[in-house]
Amino acid sequence: MSETTHPQQPAALPTALAAPKSRRTVQLVWLIPLLAALIGGWLAVKAVLDKGPVITIAFKTAEGLEAGKTKIRYKDVEIGQVNSVTLSKDRANIIATAELTKGAKSLLVSDTTFWVVRPRISGGSISGLGTLLSGSYIGVDIGKSKKERDAYIGLEVPPVIDTNEPGREFVLHSPDLGSLDTGSPVFFRRLQVGQITAYALDKDGKGVTLNVFVKAPYDKFVTPNTRFWQASGIDMRLSAGGISVQTQSMVSILVGGLAFETPVASIGMEQAKAKTGFKLAENREQAMKQPDGITDTAVFVFNESVRGLLVGAPVDFLGIEIGKVVSINTEFDPVTKRFVIPVEVHIFPERFSSRRLKGQKAGRLMQRDQKANYQTLADHGLRAQLRTGSLLTGQLYIALDFFPDAPKAKVDISKDPIEFPTINGSLADLQANAISIVNKLNKINYEAIGTELQQTLHGANDVMKKVDKVEFDAIGADLRQTLQSTAKLMDHLDTELVPEARGMIEDARRALVNAEKLLAGGSPLQTDAQAMMDEIARAAKSIRILSDYLEQHPEALISGKKEDGK
Amino acid sequence: MSQTSASAASLGFLSCHSCGLLSQSPPHSHGLRCPRCDAALHARKPDSISRSWAFLIAAMISYIPANLLPMMMTSTLFGTESDTIMSGVVYFWTSGSWYLALIIFTASILVPMLKMIALMLLLVTTQLRLRWQPGQRAKLYRLVEIVGKWSMLDVYVVAIMVALVQLKGLATILPGPGAIAFGSVVVLTMFSAMAFDPRLIWDPVEENAKND
Repeated sequence: MSETTHPQQPAALPTALAAPKSRRTVQLVWLIPLLAALIGGWLAVKAVLDKGPVITIAFKTAEGLEAGKTKIRYKDVEIGQVNSVTLSKDRANIIATAELTKGAKSLLVSDTTFWVVRPRISGGSISGLGTLLSGSYIGVDIGKSKKERDAYIGLEVPPVIDTNEPGREFVLHSPDLGSLDTGSPVFFRRLQVGQITAYALDKDGKGVTLNVFVKAPYDKFVTPNTRFWQASGIDMRLSAGGISVQTQSMVSILVGGLAFETPVASIGMEQAKAKTGFKLAENREQAMKQPDGITDTAVFVFNESVRGLLVGAPVDFLGIEIGKVVSINTEFDPVTKRFVIPVEVHIFPERFSSRRLKGQKAGRLMQRDQKANYQTLADHGLRAQLRTGSLLTGQLYIALDFFPDAPKAKVDISKDPIEFPTINGSLADLQANAISIVNKLNKINYEAIGTELQQTLHGANDVMKKVDKVEFDAIGADLRQTLQSTAKLMDHLDTELVPEARGMIEDARRALVNAEKLLAGGSPLQTDAQAMMDEIARAAKSIRILSDYLEQHPEALISGKKEDGK
Repeated sequence: MSQTSASAASLGFLSCHSCGLLSQSPPHSHGLRCPRCDAALHARKPDSISRSWAFLIAAMISYIPANLLPMMMTSTLFGTESDTIMSGVVYFWTSGSWYLALIIFTASILVPMLKMIALMLLLVTTQLRLRWQPGQRAKLYRLVEIVGKWSMLDVYVVAIMVALVQLKGLATILPGPGAIAFGSVVVLTMFSAMAFDPRLIWDPVEENAKND
């Protein structure tokens, strides 16, 4: 750098000041790329370290699954994302490969379940509505196992209850499923306390086993004596007290449900263990019915048709249900050469119990020698009779009632079960009477009557024609003559017969006075006659009613009159 | 460019960047200060090349996370989406708005990349004291400086969106870590361009001319 190139150097130009040299700044600037490299490196290392486990989940369909978009969520916390969706080798399933966050490794145990959350309407609840717009996601329920796993088979239907949900599961046995479904609610005092988690047909096909989950803290109300019943729909009952309608909730009306209740007597019992089995009753009334302790078996032998009598039909004692029909058989009686129908019933003698009076023991009647009791009752005319229970369906029930006029019968105590005497049903009697009437009506020869009537009419016609031909003038003259001679005769009589006749009339009056005395009001003859007339009038009325009824219900001749309900 | 001219540096004059005072440099001295305002004086920006390199390398490192990390996180009623620059481009491209995709691609991926390549070119050629196309290189440098002012477009968009879309619950937009990385890329390239002294482009040319 020569300084001589320029001849005119301004003299006033100041000289720059020298400062202590520092090279530190040059070093410092390199800190920036170092920092950037450090941050970048840290990010890269973090990305590698944060790389969570990769799992595969097999589903039936990829509906709603999108590679790179669909999230995996546990309790709505995102724990992973679907990376790819491919078909399985056999093309039966789709396989979603998903990468989970690092912390999710502990969730991947062998009984962890996955399912696709889609909008779903079931069991009275609508779920996954948010996914309508945001797209489906995969839900997870973490299992309790310790074994790790990385290939899963996804559920098609989300599980109803989380594994971690506190509560207890119970098993119900029911003859049929009714309108229940997985997810149907379980009510306790009309509070929804649980859900049906699963159901399966029994192996023998004779019933259905339901698993219900009752959430804590309500599960403590389930004791071994708790009764479960179907609370589906509306239970409507027509009774003397009016109409009673029982429902659980609107939800259960629409989708069905279960309810349970513990009888007051067993409240405070120890809680039922998980997986305890219960019977599922059809309705609350049945469920809450006292279990019948003592059961007596009796046989009623009927010799009439038992059409309309079903197993389970009630046995009714003066209107109180005291038992039920267990079996209906047929039996050939070799002595009478007739078929009889022995109906086996269970009678619950405890239901005879008298009103509980203070200080007295209840149900004393049936606590004595029962078999002797039956004979006593039979002596008083207690008989079993078939009666129509329902006007509509013609169902029969067995009524135990007193028939003082019934022929004496002996209760066969020696037999086990005991045979109790029966009496033919009112219906059967009526039926027999009606049939005999109809038979008599049938025997009438309507044709002959018709022909005779016709002949008579013809005869009458002939007579009329002959009458037309008669010469009335001649008859008139003859008549006049006759009248004249009659007048003469009368005159004659007047003079000759009258005095004699007077005496005769007096005699007659005397006789009439006597007769009057006999016939006076209150006399036995008149009363009898009156009664007879009334009887006849009533009979006529009965026949009129019968004929009216038959006219309206001709089928009654065959099926019998539908009697009024019990 | 064979025209020979005297430069302030070659004559030993220094101009103060702060107050504009022209002063004479004493021979063989470093760390000079302005006699009037005490600002540091130098004929060329000190360590221009190495500083520029440092910033450029930092920018290049930051460019990787800027493209890999999500730029913007959109959480709506229906879920959370996090978008990187490239996924945004792909989204616009597939949804038919190819012009938008093109703009974003150009502004956010192509331009920063070209800028870094240009700076690298300038630095390499200058460091090797090449006399190749000094005029074009000077133009390139000016272009880089001008573009630098506009490179924050993406960051502005994110900033505006974040400020506007804050409908609690319904929709919220948050800046992602990518935005920070992208911002630092832009800032670092600008620093790099600032640290670079374009006069260095001409020094070898001058020297060469003198030696001829």
